Amino acid sequence: MIALQNRSVAGVNVELLQAGAGRPLLFLHAGDGMDWGSPLVAQLSSRFQFVAPSHPGFGKSELPPHFNQVSDLAYFYLDLIEELDLRDVLVVGCSFGAWIAMEMAVKSCERISQLVFADAVGVKFAGREVREIADLFSLTPGELAHHVFFDSSRFTPDYSKMTPEQLAVVARNRESFTLFGWSPTLHNPKLRQRLHRIKAPALVLWGAQDRVVSPDYGRSLAAALPKARFDLIEGAGHYPQVEQPAEFASRVTAFAAPKLSAAGGVAR
Amino acid sequence: MNFYYFSEQGYYPAWNQITGPLRIDPPSSLADPAVAGPLIHRCLNEWSLADQLGMNIMVNEHHASYTSMSISCMLTLAILARITKNARLLALGVPLFNRPDPYRVAEEAAYVDVLSGGRLELGLVKGTGYELPISNQNPVRNMDRFWEAHDLVLKAFANHDGPMSWEGEYFHYRNINVIPRCWQQPHPPIWMPTFSANNAREIARRDYTMATFTTGYGARVVFDAYRDEYQKAHGVPAPLQRMSYLGMVAVGADKKTAMERGERVASYAFATERTPPGKLNPPGYMSSSDNARLLTNQGAISFFFNKSLPSGRKMSNPPSMEEMIEAGMLFCGTPDEVAQQITAFCDAMGGVGNMLVQMGGMLEAEENLDSLRLFGSEVVPRLLKRQKAERLAEPAQ
Repeated sequence: MIALQNRSVAGVNVELLQAGAGRPLLFLHAGDGMDWGSPLVAQLSSRFQFVAPSHPGFGKSELPPHFNQVSDLAYFYLDLIEELDLRDVLVVGCSFGAWIAMEMAVKSCERISQLVFADAVGVKFAGREVREIADLFSLTPGELAHHVFFDSSRFTPDYSKMTPEQLAVVARNRESFTLFGWSPTLHNPKLRQRLHRIKAPALVLWGAQDRVVSPDYGRSLAAALPKARFDLIEGAGHYPQVEQPAEFASRVTAFAAPKLSAAGGVAR
Repeated sequence: MNFYYFSEQGYYPAWNQITGPLRIDPPSSLADPAVAGPLIHRCLNEWSLADQLGMNIMVNEHHASYTSMSISCMLTLAILARITKNARLLALGVPLFNRPDPYRVAEEAAYVDVLSGGRLELGLVKGTGYELPISNQNPVRNMDRFWEAHDLVLKAFANHDGPMSWEGEYFHYRNINVIPRCWQQPHPPIWMPTFSANNAREIARRDYTMATFTTGYGARVVFDAYRDEYQKAHGVPAPLQRMSYLGMVAVGADKKTAMERGERVASYAFATERTPPGKLNPPGYMSSSDNARLLTNQGAISFFFNKSLPSGRKMSNPPSMEEMIEAGMLFCGTPDEVAQQITAFCDAMGGVGNMLVQMGGMLEAEENLDSLRLFGSEVVPRLLKRQKAERLAEPAQ
């Protein structure tokens, strides 16, 4: 049974899902918020102690007035894993969540033993006149779905079928995502030079048809990390966790099983 | 009543050449500098004429736009400070959402105020959402940043005793020292535009001049809120000159000429509809509760959306010329007709102190000058005469 809790962590009231038992897996959702009904929740909580909060400012989690950078979220999550006394944590971040995961890991991997960065944003590789990460803040809902999904016909949200409460969450998530990601557009110019600090093994997982950040960006990310392996999921755009949840869960589980298998791995 | 002549300095020759958005996205290759230069000179000539007619002047600014080539209020006003003699020079306004450097805003405003001998009227406005992708300022928490920028500009004006520092939430300066300081002390009159009653109350509390733009008869709620809050906050009725309305205006010696001109002036309103939909309203520009409602009602972001006519009938979207006139968005006709339309509108608002008179659009140079000349020499005297008669008819206090 999945129970959504509201609790105060590091002085911030957040909504948090904890399900399953075993090794802790901290799931950091993408910029459009946490989908509690995702099949991923059941798939991952059957193998892990699955911990999934709504980021501060997202869903029904409080947004402290002084929060305005991804590093604020990163410090918050380092506090969270300490307060929940999670150890040997597998952090799985999707898109914006992967950016948060990277910002956590460059600060401290003390309690983090593995990371999955899925279709990450957050790092700048190309030149100053090249936009590697699509500007997700200048798109209509229809354009956004086209960028994010391989098959947008299956996943374009139908706002006319949502309750006012659900619409409020959609609008709030978009606003908070913008607060943290507006400029520089969805990246921290300093992060590239800090990636060497992520000593824990990482799986860089990518939707093969991602139109927000290309698989080549993912390959660059894997190459820039000390211990990372790159892997593609076919039939998925920017959100493989949504379009191919079973495949996503199985890749994560396989990566986690022999915990050190990624050590010394190379990008391909 | 005071009258401010306004034109957006549009590059209208391209409006029919471009398919799709006229703002933010279209290529600059369609704006020929050899056409743009004379067009800007033409607008400066219009403002010169307005000054000679005894009218005041209003300018604004937009960015990356074929609807407005004015990219800085203070650039235009610096020229007008030099070539006009008496007109009050209204910037409505400097978009603080989109200005990363409010200290510079204070410096430029003080410069224009000094150059014009104290004729600056300073509008501190928020700015459009669709220009945030240009300035790259974060749409989220924009009102907090707006008020900090506002406080900084006023503090910079007030500070005359050497450098001051500012270490705020959004702005950081180690050495603020505006030289030359403003001619008008403590600072030029401040204006703020609004479309909402809540904002009108805020503007009233601060004793600033309020303006509302092309909202039509629905603007009554804004005027009422301003008057109500002004009385509460200051214990006296709101002075008429604190309340302003901007309408599109076209005047002709005969009805047919006026209607043709009106159509060309109103083409501006249709041009402004052509903004890239994805950039129109970046997340955070409007409140998340408003955005939640907009998710199921995208058409709400439109110049023409949900406007009611005085008859109670809903205005069409897009509206006809007649509807725009009936709505009080466009004042159009012979001098008598325009004077009547403006009088009826101002009466319905409970009084308007400043009429902001927008022409331009797709008007050709000569017809714009003629329309302006008719307004200044025929319409203004009719309105002032009526105002004087009303004052005489009032019982002595």
